[in-house]
Amino acid sequence: MLARTLFDKIWDAHVVESMEDGTCILYIDRHLLHEVTSPQAFEGLRVAGRRVRRPDATIAVTDHNVPTTDRSQPIAEPESRLQVETLEANVVEFGVPYIPLRDARQGIVHIVGPEQGLSLPGMTIVCGDSHTSTHGALGALAFGIGTSEVEHVLATQTLPQKPARNMLVQVDGVLAPGVTAKDLVLAIIGRIGTAGGTGHVIEYAGEAIRALDMAGRLTVCNMSIEAGARAGLIAPDDVTFAYVQGRPYAPKGEAFDHAVAYWRSLASDPGAHYDRTVIMNAADIVPMVTWGTSPEAVLPITGRVPDPADATDEARRIELTRMLNYMALKPGQKLDEIPIDVVFIGSCTNSRIEDIRAAAHVARGRHVADGVRALVVPGSGLVKRQAESEGLDRILLDAGFEWREAGCSMCLGMNPDRLTEGQRCASTSNRNFEGRQGPNGRTHLLSPAMAAAAAVTGHLTDVREFA
Amino acid sequence: MRPFTQLTGVAAPLPMSNVDTDKIIPGQFLKTIGRSGLGVHLFHTLRYDASGAERPDFVLNQPAYRQANILIAHENFGCGSSREHAPWALLDFGISCVIAPDFADIFYNNCFKNGVLPICLPREICDALMEDARLGANARITVDLERQVVVRPNGEEIGFAIDPHRRHMLLNGLDEIGQTLQRTASIDAFETRRGVDQPWLPVIESV
Repeated sequence: MLARTLFDKIWDAHVVESMEDGTCILYIDRHLLHEVTSPQAFEGLRVAGRRVRRPDATIAVTDHNVPTTDRSQPIAEPESRLQVETLEANVVEFGVPYIPLRDARQGIVHIVGPEQGLSLPGMTIVCGDSHTSTHGALGALAFGIGTSEVEHVLATQTLPQKPARNMLVQVDGVLAPGVTAKDLVLAIIGRIGTAGGTGHVIEYAGEAIRALDMAGRLTVCNMSIEAGARAGLIAPDDVTFAYVQGRPYAPKGEAFDHAVAYWRSLASDPGAHYDRTVIMNAADIVPMVTWGTSPEAVLPITGRVPDPADATDEARRIELTRMLNYMALKPGQKLDEIPIDVVFIGSCTNSRIEDIRAAAHVARGRHVADGVRALVVPGSGLVKRQAESEGLDRILLDAGFEWREAGCSMCLGMNPDRLTEGQRCASTSNRNFEGRQGPNGRTHLLSPAMAAAAAVTGHLTDVREFA
Repeated sequence: MRPFTQLTGVAAPLPMSNVDTDKIIPGQFLKTIGRSGLGVHLFHTLRYDASGAERPDFVLNQPAYRQANILIAHENFGCGSSREHAPWALLDFGISCVIAPDFADIFYNNCFKNGVLPICLPREICDALMEDARLGANARITVDLERQVVVRPNGEEIGFAIDPHRRHMLLNGLDEIGQTLQRTASIDAFETRRGVDQPWLPVIESV
């Protein structure tokens, strides 16, 4: 049999029917819903008189709009409240399982799925959110879809799709101390660009990827979409199985052993064909930070803001100038001297317990700089509870950080956690687009440890100086 | 979905690459539970200043382009989030065709579900169309999906490639869900087989 990639194997196992032109009806194992991209899909079902085919393969949670402060009161913003209430009405009407806002398991949908064992290796997983790529870290084919496709999956548990091309990103060697999964994925995006993975599924492999814990793998796959790839994948291995075992929805006992045997068979075959291969050396990677308004506008923290005058073509020069104007930066400015107003530690990229630990490690015995506001937003109520049981909340609070309830928060500012006009933020999230964290807010993407270091010094900082 | 067959109209030039979905429609406008009425917020931060006043230099605020129904842009249009609000906002404004060298995957996909035609053409052709578009309201461009051509104001025809299945769905405004539901027997059979082969797949009873 032809050597197949991990992607090929998962794809083949989910083809219900294939048509002459190559379009396949792809079966979807798990469908995750949230309040922002689902109301119009449920409305579509209602208008057409359709039902949800597999409520038992579907789960809903609110995350994008929810306040990260006191939840004993109703949501104050009327539009946010309406969207949450609409989801709550829809899950009742269509019989879809739902984790309520005041449940400890509530959190960012991409944190909740893996945490609950709802996302498993070998599955196809979709959600009306581009960061569904996160779940690929488990060795699942997971990708973001639009609202029309959400409706399609609700009605049919399938999606008409054409197979993506295969791309291999192989990272050899070992990451240096102080260099994290976030730095690794930012370096990858810097190398291949924000459209580098368009039309492809990226499989991450190599010694440096294998050495990552599951939190790090989830961070890497999360930002696949920032490299243009709808999905990222890492072959499931013992790290994966140890992570999955014992989670609430994971198979138990003998069923788990059978599942592991199958999951092991999913790894890419030797000699499998990749349409594109990128090889990088982990030893070359240092802590990274973005300086512009696209995730590919990223450099080592030791670098300087680029000069548009050095651009090779006119279009690029205009683009760089626009970015520097928006970011209020000067060509040649040292990145580690850029002052910041806000620090955001959270988002589906970096809000797991390991991320909170990394931030607390830097914050311990130090204090947030004068004039800086620093927020820590755990990815789920369970992450929050775990952090509190380890005393991390105390360390962070003593250091002057805010310790908040779970949600998407300042990653996209749909809830009240927003930058104000012109504020500059060191953020562990995934997008530095214009206005992403609030109108005319400025975002620098970096790792949780780097974010905590910036909070303490008041400017972007090489965390290795904190060792 | 309404069909897309042929369109003749004004094209607005937007010579930017990496136009992300936050630029097309920022997060604060995603709180709607409907699909309509988003046109007024299209390109919100490019189009309005902090006080909410129109920025006169932005293309869609210029008299010649207020009725534009085609948009010409540069590489990687629609990158970022999966929000279908992006094509909804374009459509609500009146734009049902975007021409660019390439598009981000999810945005590209979402367009077809809403009767919006995204056309990929090489950068130099996009630049030529951009020049046409700069001529304003008198320079009308025709997009013919049946014949797969873009007709420039000077009458020159430029062919474009498109997936035949997507073209068929768009030309006829077909209900994709209805089509898939005709395959319910296959889906049933697949689910049965899968339940036997992978009995460990979890079922969510209630939470």
